[in-house]
Amino acid sequence: MLELLKTIEWTPFILSFELAAATTLILFAISLPLAWYLSQTNSKTKPFLEALMALPIVLPPSVLGFYMLVLLSPSSVIGTVIHELFNVQLLFSFSGLVVASCFYSLPFMIQPLQSGFESLNKRMLEASYISGKSRWTTILRVALPNMKPALMTAVIITFAHTVGEFGVVLMVGGSIVGETKVASVAIYEMVEIMDYTGAHIYAAIMIGMSFTVLLSVYIFNHRQRYKLGGLSS
Amino acid sequence: MIHIDITKSLFGSGGMMELSVSLAIEEGSFVVLTGVSGSGKTTLLRILAGLESAEGVIRVGNERWLETGMAVAPQQRRIGFVFQEYALFSNMSVEENLLFVANDTELATYLLEITELHMLKDRRPHSLSGGQQQRVALCRAMMHRPKLLLMDEPLSALDASMRHTLQQEIALLHREFQTTTIMVSHDPSEIYRLASRVVVLEAGHIVREGSPKEVLLQTSGSQKFAFEGELLEILRADVIFIAVVAIGQQLVEVVISEYEAQHLKAGDRIRVSTKAFAPMIG
Repeated sequence: MLELLKTIEWTPFILSFELAAATTLILFAISLPLAWYLSQTNSKTKPFLEALMALPIVLPPSVLGFYMLVLLSPSSVIGTVIHELFNVQLLFSFSGLVVASCFYSLPFMIQPLQSGFESLNKRMLEASYISGKSRWTTILRVALPNMKPALMTAVIITFAHTVGEFGVVLMVGGSIVGETKVASVAIYEMVEIMDYTGAHIYAAIMIGMSFTVLLSVYIFNHRQRYKLGGLSS
Repeated sequence: MIHIDITKSLFGSGGMMELSVSLAIEEGSFVVLTGVSGSGKTTLLRILAGLESAEGVIRVGNERWLETGMAVAPQQRRIGFVFQEYALFSNMSVEENLLFVANDTELATYLLEITELHMLKDRRPHSLSGGQQQRVALCRAMMHRPKLLLMDEPLSALDASMRHTLQQEIALLHREFQTTTIMVSHDPSEIYRLASRVVVLEAGHIVREGSPKEVLLQTSGSQKFAFEGELLEILRADVIFIAVVAIGQQLVEVVISEYEAQHLKAGDRIRVSTKAFAPMIG
């Protein structure tokens, strides 16, 4: 067993986790103000924004992948601008994967955060404003600490979902070892060349890790609900 | 002085309604806003707090909180607000709730002591009773020594004895800090105990105002007892008719004439009155 573990090539897993970590970090920063805005606004544009941001859930990854290919290619306007500004080539590179994953996993970050914000007692937030606290102080010191389960769900599900990404990654990143060949792509290739032993091991590792991650979220949330005595009180 | 002269269109209980209030409040006074629900009392408080927009003018001392095209943010008004449903910061302990408003340990300790909460200062809000939570909310509202204290039916969710205790504490805090206070309340005894002035709001307009005596004691000077109530049922007992009437929390039976029995029906608002030259009070 130990011998077997030694022979496993861990690079795809490390890559998967690096990708997931980068995506989660970036998405958290972007989604926090966005989710807050959506939770507080009564604007008529809200349903449009919500529908737009939920699109990655329903679209086949190939649709997203296709548009990413078109948009990020060096011959496109966006691709050219990014290349000139940052000297980064987004297609078939790790940075490109991060950009694509951010689009792909956006709803998994936004939605739990938004519903977390919405579940908060509005009067509690108003009490903070009346106490002289700015919106940011209110978000950081009152809103977020009172929605830890939502926070945890958003971060972990985004992370897990990015680790589990396949279609978009394959289309935008291809399968460059050490650069874009993440675990899911590695499994796909093993199956393709009928290396079932390898595929079994990789798949089992994926299942084990994903289950552990999800289990810890649920245990954490269960304890938090118990501790806070309901979300809104 | 606090000058309020505001208008706002809003959805009241009976459809669209215009809230239009003009009031001048002396510093240090205790004003109670009362009236049926949906008459715009809460909205008026929220406008004063800066939580809702309105047209018009609000001046507090020489500060302008609201003017055409300008509204000072709630953060800059230095008010205290006590919500009906407490709205404490559930992630913070009792003491932290107070210190979050202003980092003044001395004041926090003082407030917690006079409201007998100091033993509970490390507890989280959800482990407290309703009355205790509302006391914490009251202390929290006093933490930055507000120019104006607003309370939206703060005691309506509490039982009678708890309400009484909190009324005393509110009165105590008002005496100590002399904070100009506006409180929404429906409870006549509470109003009588606390208010220096009562303002009755109906469908967005002030319909009556004055001292609690003038507004609440509708029978003053007439040597009559009169109680407003709801007719629940008319019973016939041989030749007489008995009306069961709910007056406040109490049910009473009153003998009525046949004519009255024919013209009244269950659900009517009625007034029971009697001459009372020498009532017995026990």
